[in-house]
Amino acid sequence: MASHPEANTPEGEIPKAQTKVIWKTFWILLGLTALEFLIAFTVAAGALKKWTFILMTLVKAFYIVGEFMHLKHEVKTLIWSIVLPFVFLVWLILALVTLEAGYIFDVKFF
Amino acid sequence: MATTAAHAPAQGNTWSGGKSPMKASYGKLMMWFFLLSDAFTFSGLLVAYGLIRSAWPAFAGAADEFVFSLNHWPVPEEVFKSFPGMEALGIEKAPLVFVGIMTFILIMSSVTMVLAVEAGHRMDQKDTQRWMLWTIIGGLTFLGCQAWEWSHFIHGEHGAGATSAHMNPDGTIAFFGANLTLNQYGPPAFADLFFFITGFHGFHVFSGVLLNFIIFYNVVVGTYQRRGHYEMVEKVGLYWHFVDLVWVFVFTFFYLI
Repeated sequence: MASHPEANTPEGEIPKAQTKVIWKTFWILLGLTALEFLIAFTVAAGALKKWTFILMTLVKAFYIVGEFMHLKHEVKTLIWSIVLPFVFLVWLILALVTLEAGYIFDVKFF
Repeated sequence: MATTAAHAPAQGNTWSGGKSPMKASYGKLMMWFFLLSDAFTFSGLLVAYGLIRSAWPAFAGAADEFVFSLNHWPVPEEVFKSFPGMEALGIEKAPLVFVGIMTFILIMSSVTMVLAVEAGHRMDQKDTQRWMLWTIIGGLTFLGCQAWEWSHFIHGEHGAGATSAHMNPDGTIAFFGANLTLNQYGPPAFADLFFFITGFHGFHVFSGVLLNFIIFYNVVVGTYQRRGHYEMVEKVGLYWHFVDLVWVFVFTFFYLI
């Protein structure tokens, strides 16, 4: 297959593993998760804490999708065909969770 | 005219045929679009969670005075504070420790998966085999942890100082644990969402382990070595990373916030 130049390596000659980026990504993910735990037990509940968690989750998602799923290194067309639909979805999620849920809360309790 | 144009070599325009504009094979592309649609499904569940949760009042008092009640949404770290063998070790509560371990296991299995993909690129059958097996073991460990978590959630908190959203008039606890209609920890919707969201994710992990096993088998018998490439490992890898990705979100929205 044209897209697999690595596949042409003759048998018996296995190149050395290139795992530097993989382990770097792992340490970033682990560090962020550890930091989330720290925040969970030290910072008081509130909007700041909530949005810090959401931001950290998005950073983790960036590393998983970008490095582990290799999307960062794909063609721009492919990147946008995956990311753009999701951006619109996030917009809908924010609208539903912040505006609509607030409305339901008001109707139920006030 | 149209038929001759289709056979002519494409020049200049990326989309006029004869080229692969996304530089990805059909199978990989379809896996990406399947994952996008799957992300929509999970978003639906998380939207439902966010909406229902925001439509309930949060617990207003001090953290150490928290009680389970039908009048407010439970604080997750008060619900998920146990791990196996805790009583034997004499530990009273370990909030979010078990779910933290589960998160670590899943991230770790994602790493072994990407190492398998990397080994596949190098046509290294032995390494691919080894990392695929570790990924399967990670997946099964996660499923085992989830089984314990569910069982504990269903049977409830019996220990000293346990509270429940369902109390008898004399002050004793009327209901322990949770099912789809009754819930010790608070509004029944909390338990329903727990079962549906972690259940749907667990089902994905389960099917992921099955897929991983099929690919592992093919690696072992040398199918991909004969084929000349390990792209199937990449495809199943995409699915497995997605499962990890969803857990990152479930962890944040269900357990942290």
